[in-house]
Amino acid sequence: MNDLSAFFTPEYLSVILLPALIAGVAVSLCASFLGVSLVLKRCSMIGDGLSHVGYGTLCIAVAMGWAPMQVTIPVVIVAAYILLRLSESSRMRGDTAIALFSTSAMAVGILVSSKANLTTDVSHYMFGSILTMSKSEVILSVILSICVLLVYVLFYDKIFAVTFDENFARATGLNVRFYNLLIAVLTAVTVVLGMMLMGALLISSLMIFPAATAMRLCKSFRHVVVTSVIVSVSCFLLGLLLSLWMDAAVGASVIIMNLAMYLIATFVNLIQNRRIRNREAQETRP
Amino acid sequence: MAYLSCENVTLRYESTTVLEHLSFSVQKGDYLCIVGENGSGKSTLMKCLLGLKAADEGRLILGDGLKRSEIGYLPQQSMIQRDFPASVREVVLSGCLNSRKLHPFYTKQDRARAEEQMKCMRITELADRCYRELSGGQQQRVLLARALCATKKLLLLDEPATGLDPLVTTELYGILEHLHRDHGITVIMVTHDVECALRHAKSILHIGKKESFFGSCADYLQSDAGKAFVDIECCVGCVDSHQEVCDP
Repeated sequence: MNDLSAFFTPEYLSVILLPALIAGVAVSLCASFLGVSLVLKRCSMIGDGLSHVGYGTLCIAVAMGWAPMQVTIPVVIVAAYILLRLSESSRMRGDTAIALFSTSAMAVGILVSSKANLTTDVSHYMFGSILTMSKSEVILSVILSICVLLVYVLFYDKIFAVTFDENFARATGLNVRFYNLLIAVLTAVTVVLGMMLMGALLISSLMIFPAATAMRLCKSFRHVVVTSVIVSVSCFLLGLLLSLWMDAAVGASVIIMNLAMYLIATFVNLIQNRRIRNREAQETRP
Repeated sequence: MAYLSCENVTLRYESTTVLEHLSFSVQKGDYLCIVGENGSGKSTLMKCLLGLKAADEGRLILGDGLKRSEIGYLPQQSMIQRDFPASVREVVLSGCLNSRKLHPFYTKQDRARAEEQMKCMRITELADRCYRELSGGQQQRVLLARALCATKKLLLLDEPATGLDPLVTTELYGILEHLHRDHGITVIMVTHDVECALRHAKSILHIGKKESFFGSCADYLQSDAGKAFVDIECCVGCVDSHQEVCDP
């Protein structure tokens, strides 16, 4: 256990903790917004698949000496489009296609990086490196997060319609393909940003946990979105604190917090349901 | 010109042909029921009418000033996720989306229209309830209100009575009758319930493997397709409706 007060010295706060906090909160916001749509559209796996593709691309970028984020984001956006098309086509089941495509991309990346005798270790993209992000990375993630949030808010109503009932939206003249693509692109950007922070292995749970927790508690789409944002940001802050205190990995700590929150929500949901059932039973009793 | 006309349409599902050389048209003010055996291609035809699937041959033409964004649609219950957390108001409002092009948020008129339709469907007091907690009949009225937000002209319904108990089914047909007669809304409905179709529809489109029919209800009863189908339906009708109630 660490003495937490050691981390709250002015130098540590401004140099290490503050950038991590800003970037983390920004990405948590994006992840929770998009997570709601992904979970409700039953394509949680797309987030996972994209993180595999992202990791593979990062490996290659580092091996070639390219700027990791600037190369990875466009590649993952293209991959998001391909994954979407794969899951739309009826030839192969969507989840099978996603698994095949994304693990292949990851394998290629690992192969290239293992042949290239890297000086930098790419495995920190696997587990995240929020406390060692460079200033330019922090700035880029904040700018991109703001873009993702703006687009999400502007298209909120349409994203709801496409998520709730795709056929109705298409039948009444909405360009469903465009909005699905929009969701995929926003997801792609968020996944790459989250990978820097949380690591490729954990980013998809950063998207899915808050949404799943909120769905246990809320009865309207708007409430689900707002609750999942609150859950996501507070879990990130608590997780960061936990990791400093326990001297543990940040990503894992955040996910553990999310898991705890999910279990609490499930418990609350159970009690609520029981109360409703009891009330109904009393009402029907003569 | 007709609202909607099918000219020599052929539809395939994967590689099998389900419908061949089908022609019919729907005028403003029509009430058309599409009937046929299971697997005769009713759902595939519906997809085509909705623009979810292109005709493999032939043409589907919208006319008489009808635009794709002026069609209301009531899907089969099973097509919608039942565990979706959405309030009734959110669902109904989403029907207003097609009327605005680039405006990002719902306008006052949209909200007023949604309230009006909820009142019309008598679901105003349910507005803040969660959609997934409602009964089948209530859910159907919510979806109907959404469809009415999307259209003042043409309503497409896909097996609207599936999964509803007889009382709610009668009520639903009553609402449709009212919308058609008093609000002048054109109705196209896919159904397997021939009896109800004959009671409410103005015209019938029967699609079958051997023969198809398109015309008025009276002519349908005189036609070969109609005679055969109505007889069979009456015999198996009781079995069918029993199964539906049991279907989860």
